[in-house]
Amino acid sequence: MSRQRLKNGASELQAINRRRDIHRKTIPALAQAGPVSVWMVLFVTIPMLYIIYVSFMSRGVFGDVVYEFSLESYQTLLDSTYFKVIVKSLQVALFTTVACLLLGYPFAYYIARKPPEVASRLIMLIMIPFWTNSLMRLNSWLLLFQTSGPVNTFLQWAGITSEPITFIYTDPLVMLGLVTNMLPFAVLPLYSTIEKLQNSLLEASSDLGANPRQTFFRITLPLTFPGIFSAVILVFIPSLGIYTVSDMLGGGKVLYIGNIIKNQFGAIRNWPLGAALSVLLLVITGLLIFVYTRFAKLEDMEVV
Amino acid sequence: MAALSKTQRRKRRLGIVGDVYAILIYTVLYIPVAVMMVFSFNDQKYNFYWNGFTTEWYGKLLENDALIGSLWYSLIIAVLATVISVVIGTLGALGLKRYEFKGKRFINSMLYVPIIVPEIVLAVALLIIFMNIGLSLGLGSILVGHCTFCIPYAVVTIKGRISGDGYELEEASMDLGANRIQTFLRVTLPSMVPGIMSAAFLSFTLSIDDVVMSNMLSGARNSTLPVLILSMNRTGVTPDVNALTTIMILVIVAAMLLSNGVKALLRRREKAAAR
Repeated sequence: MSRQRLKNGASELQAINRRRDIHRKTIPALAQAGPVSVWMVLFVTIPMLYIIYVSFMSRGVFGDVVYEFSLESYQTLLDSTYFKVIVKSLQVALFTTVACLLLGYPFAYYIARKPPEVASRLIMLIMIPFWTNSLMRLNSWLLLFQTSGPVNTFLQWAGITSEPITFIYTDPLVMLGLVTNMLPFAVLPLYSTIEKLQNSLLEASSDLGANPRQTFFRITLPLTFPGIFSAVILVFIPSLGIYTVSDMLGGGKVLYIGNIIKNQFGAIRNWPLGAALSVLLLVITGLLIFVYTRFAKLEDMEVV
Repeated sequence: MAALSKTQRRKRRLGIVGDVYAILIYTVLYIPVAVMMVFSFNDQKYNFYWNGFTTEWYGKLLENDALIGSLWYSLIIAVLATVISVVIGTLGALGLKRYEFKGKRFINSMLYVPIIVPEIVLAVALLIIFMNIGLSLGLGSILVGHCTFCIPYAVVTIKGRISGDGYELEEASMDLGANRIQTFLRVTLPSMVPGIMSAAFLSFTLSIDDVVMSNMLSGARNSTLPVLILSMNRTGVTPDVNALTTIMILVIVAAMLLSNGVKALLRRREKAAAR
């Protein structure tokens, strides 16, 4: 009898403690995680769901949204004009990504092999130009490659061409702008994985008779793969949606997905079509992230 | 012996190739900055070609009301966005690090959406929502947009710097009679200062340089500096803008060097005190 009471008393005490514990933790948890949670739901989750919803609506005669289900916008995406833009955007983003990886990997490797204090200075040296207004940096490429600009003057002076070459408002100049703007986003994640690579592994590989090339392809490259994939995500996805580079260097003649989306919400006023293009970008992003999370944790991606 | 010197020679050769390569990459990264600075001294109304040296743009800059107005607008938004993002981000980083609650995984993955998804998608999504609830576009809408991408960066930056289980100090503080708020302000917060500083710097630079969000969410009246530059693009950017952005980068670099100097000084003092 008394044992039973004791048991009851103990479990009651436990329950009280648990309740007090919950109470003690609920208020600070709410105060701390509450604002960020509310903000994310209000300004990320709801808008994202809403844009998917709008993409299945149709466009009214005056550019308004008619709230009736339709696949019209997605059918429009398959029209040759839009389809060509989508394919071209994918090609340009792919080119930018490959270029950033090929240029960035040896560069990141070079920095990672330096002593830590030198390496952190070298990383800082990469960041500084990126605190300069990005549009003004793009404008600089425009100034350099103008018809009467320094590059053309030099080419004519050196006798390489007799007539000035039109660089501005062309795809290659836009690509130059994209690659130079995106390069740090490839270098930083690459650097942090290469830096973690243990020297002993490389030494073991060469001690066991592998030549440098074999060591690179069999040890270094596989071990730094998470960094490579982070770089792919951080370069490919933004270059797919960016419109400022093509606006600044393409002068309205070079159009990518980002420009088309922007125009649907500006003068052209076709929100469902713009929403459908946005959903396309979301789907591509989602696919890449899905592949990434198969072999690495999202939290480990070096985004800053 | 001969083989060793051969690999040594090979290594040195590779080292030189590496140096040259790195210098080339740095050159490409710094060319746009250098060109921007050089053309702020261009004696021409619009920057098309080099026409001679002048410093007059640095003086005339102040007479360009649209330019100065947009700079103020950008600065106000950047300061407000930084303050809001750092406050929400600091609390959020603590909450997400220390407490388990329903939906935590969901919030954690939502934080990665603004970081990864192309900015134009988020901007357009917010635009549709704002138009539907009848919010007029302007400072408020731009601010919400900026905070939406600054908060996740702030949370990630600060969370990464919170030591895994820093409860001991807080428990000691409470045992010694401090209440929860005193403990938070005097123990928890000071230990997070380095992370908060980085988050603030990051938020400020992201906000002040943002084009896409500001361009989609700004009303007809005011525009931020980057939006103004984008709109100038068709006619040609004037050299006074080059002058302004040159001053801005010099200020940012100076601030950075100063904060690094202060940090180094504090570290040295801490070391001396520890001894």
